[in-house]
Amino acid sequence: MALRSAILKKALCRSSVAGARSMSLWRNVDPAPKDPILGVTEAYLADPSPDKVNVGVGAYRNDNGKPVVLECVRAAERRIAGNLNMEYLPMGGSVKMVEETLKLAYGENSEFIKDKRIAAVQSLSGTGACRLFADFQKRFCPDSQIYIPVPTWANHHNIWRDAQLPQRTFHYYHPESRGLDFAGLMDDIKNAPNGSFFLLHACAHNPTGVDPSEEQWREISYQFKVKGHFAFFDMAYQGFASGDPERDAKAIRIFLEDGHLIGVAQSYAKNMGLYGQRVGCLSVLCEDEKQAVAVKSQLQQLARPMYSNPPVHGALIVSTILGDPDLKNMWLKEVKGMADRIIGMRTALRENLEKLGSPLSWEHITKQHDALILSNRLACSATVG
Amino acid sequence: MASSMLSLTSASPSPSASLSTQESLKGKLKLRSSGLSFTKEKINPFANGKSFGRVSMVAAVNASRFDGIAMAPPDPILGVSEAFKADTNALKLNLGVGAYRTEELQPYVLDVVKKAENLMLERGENKEVIHVFERVDDLKLFLNYLPIEGLAAFNKVTAELLFGADNPVIKEQKVATVQGLSGTGSLRLAAALIERYFPGAKVLISSPTWGNHKNIFNDARVPWSEYRYYDPKTVGLDFEGMIADIKAAPEGSFVLLHGCAHNPTGIDPTPEQWEKIADVIQEKNHIPFFDVAYQGFASGSLDADAASVRSFAARGMELFVAQSYSKNLGLYAERIGAMNVVCTSADAAARVKSQLKRLARPMYSNPPIHGARIVANVVGDPVLFNEWKAEMELMAGRIKNVRQKLYDSLCAKDKSGKDWSFILKQIGMFSFTGLNEAQSDKMTNKWHVYMTKDGRISLAGLSLAKCEYLADAIIDSFHNVS
Repeated sequence: MALRSAILKKALCRSSVAGARSMSLWRNVDPAPKDPILGVTEAYLADPSPDKVNVGVGAYRNDNGKPVVLECVRAAERRIAGNLNMEYLPMGGSVKMVEETLKLAYGENSEFIKDKRIAAVQSLSGTGACRLFADFQKRFCPDSQIYIPVPTWANHHNIWRDAQLPQRTFHYYHPESRGLDFAGLMDDIKNAPNGSFFLLHACAHNPTGVDPSEEQWREISYQFKVKGHFAFFDMAYQGFASGDPERDAKAIRIFLEDGHLIGVAQSYAKNMGLYGQRVGCLSVLCEDEKQAVAVKSQLQQLARPMYSNPPVHGALIVSTILGDPDLKNMWLKEVKGMADRIIGMRTALRENLEKLGSPLSWEHITKQHDALILSNRLACSATVG
Repeated sequence: MASSMLSLTSASPSPSASLSTQESLKGKLKLRSSGLSFTKEKINPFANGKSFGRVSMVAAVNASRFDGIAMAPPDPILGVSEAFKADTNALKLNLGVGAYRTEELQPYVLDVVKKAENLMLERGENKEVIHVFERVDDLKLFLNYLPIEGLAAFNKVTAELLFGADNPVIKEQKVATVQGLSGTGSLRLAAALIERYFPGAKVLISSPTWGNHKNIFNDARVPWSEYRYYDPKTVGLDFEGMIADIKAAPEGSFVLLHGCAHNPTGIDPTPEQWEKIADVIQEKNHIPFFDVAYQGFASGSLDADAASVRSFAARGMELFVAQSYSKNLGLYAERIGAMNVVCTSADAAARVKSQLKRLARPMYSNPPIHGARIVANVVGDPVLFNEWKAEMELMAGRIKNVRQKLYDSLCAKDKSGKDWSFILKQIGMFSFTGLNEAQSDKMTNKWHVYMTKDGRISLAGLSLAKCEYLADAIIDSFHNVS
């Protein structure tokens, strides 16, 4: 493949010399396939139908289909507009934002935070956190691979592929029951080589909305201990699953109690509506402070040739909100409101489907905790009616 | 690796499964060559990139894979600011990062930026329910995520700023423009594209160049080599060496050029020299790759500073151009820039753009919106744009004044007869003083002047009031340290 490209390139160069003005270096560049998720929005935009609904991208909208800017965010924006300079953030990002973000994942009074055992950097939302971790994994564990659930958010595959780490899959979704394939999941955990890396969705699994129960999480954690696996949690929906961020962090807290040294990607895209600001956090729990300092320095070393340092605006919004008790309470209420509305929407959807006399069972819709519903189920329902 | 791990942990599948926990632990202990208590054993698959040792169940709970991870060295540029912050001396001076400061040595938020932000805030609060959009991009914004390629309004104005709105390459849609995370992110996207579509192709970078260039190409796995650029004897451009090295490179190499205000030297080719550089690049079928981080900051004129890029584009060459708004709009922390690829056809540009997007998606999905909006509002509004041009002239003017004062101070204080005129000849934020590493260290250790070890000082961090102090420091370090 490399040889073919090199030959093609030489041919291009030669013909350029011959004076074919329209010849381009880019002849061998194919059009990229449309991104399966963000491409849905493009298709939605192109659709002339007045009845169209976009349930493609996982972005929260209110009842009129309008995207929501949270009140707490508006308040924060007012405070920070035009006032602060835009000097480079430190390479690890906003210290304040990271501190507050770690509390959400690890607990307000987490011993790991007190003992400074967490290597954490501000990241470009959840994507950036996953990519930074994947690059870190590749650099320091080059022979490892990543186990990814089936199905998962499509971009997970892209991320670990571009980080040049081989991927394996593990059973997750059980189509027949529209629930968790727990037996398959546990088998795959047991059969994976000891010390494997696993990507886990902390809550509100994307795209199925199916999460393990607390008891199941405990069993998964135990088996991870037996096998010495590494758990990397992608938590993009904290607050959205149950309405309570503490509850949504339960899986992570179980793993921490059991003594795992985990990695976590956190995002404020959905739960603070900060999609376009690209603000999140990557954290890696280490044995001690010294190790955390070293790991953090290496994460920064990876970020520097990718974007130097992360963007400030979204981080300012987050730290303004989470650093102010009143604004934080406002946020918690608004997150609960969004989650409740989704749960209400799920109930209404299920009821309407049942009313329409569909012969299929729709109870999984209210069992799943997320803003996303498997598109293939909806597609089937449209035809079966 | 995996198979060896498996063979160590289970003598055979069924017997190990039936062993009690204790027995299986003992079994694992026996396999170890060391006799260490297993509660102290650690998993170390991260150490030296290899896995070694088996892990008991109890040790797995406390062990970490990161034992072998060493502390990364401080970043040579950004690390300087961190050291500066830690210094308590009253005389300290930060000439490390190229971040613009006022005469009072305060960070500077441009007035146009404040105005743009307030405008954006007002518009957000008064937003009405809108269900019909005239432009696709408005609806995309309405849905909250920027598209992968960034804010369309930003992409339009940034390409126009660079090439000129009437440039044929823009009118004929031959430019693939993608919003990037400032200069660094834009460079990285291009590097990733080069790695994927021109495997084995080399990038030629100037000696010296911005420190992070090498990191970017290293992490993107793109090979690079250097072309001569800085001549220490003249404290000027080694033009013959530059041309020779570009000629000697394998055909179809990428040549990284600083569009204006070369970082770290401040030494730019003359217009005539640019033409000769373009000639030899065309001759060798190389691809020009411009890094434009200081448009407006070099001469004070946005158009004049884009002249080199425009002259290459006018020749019909295909080229890469990375842009950054960190310095010229003071938007350092917003991370706003763009990668532009000029192609010979609109079709090629569309395909290239799609592939840049495909590289960006697994890096960060879509770029941050705030800085893009600011730029689009400033550059897209005639009133704000003119105000910006005026502020730009002021900033560039302050630096020119500081250069003059520093030069005057050096001439007045230095009795050795050394020629300091290079300070006036260099352009942009930086000056390459010619100080070596030991001398630069003395600047910091004795004089509390923070700078990078390559002898670069950021004049943007210098006030007229401090010029004499700096002159003393430079003279002392230059003459008394070797």
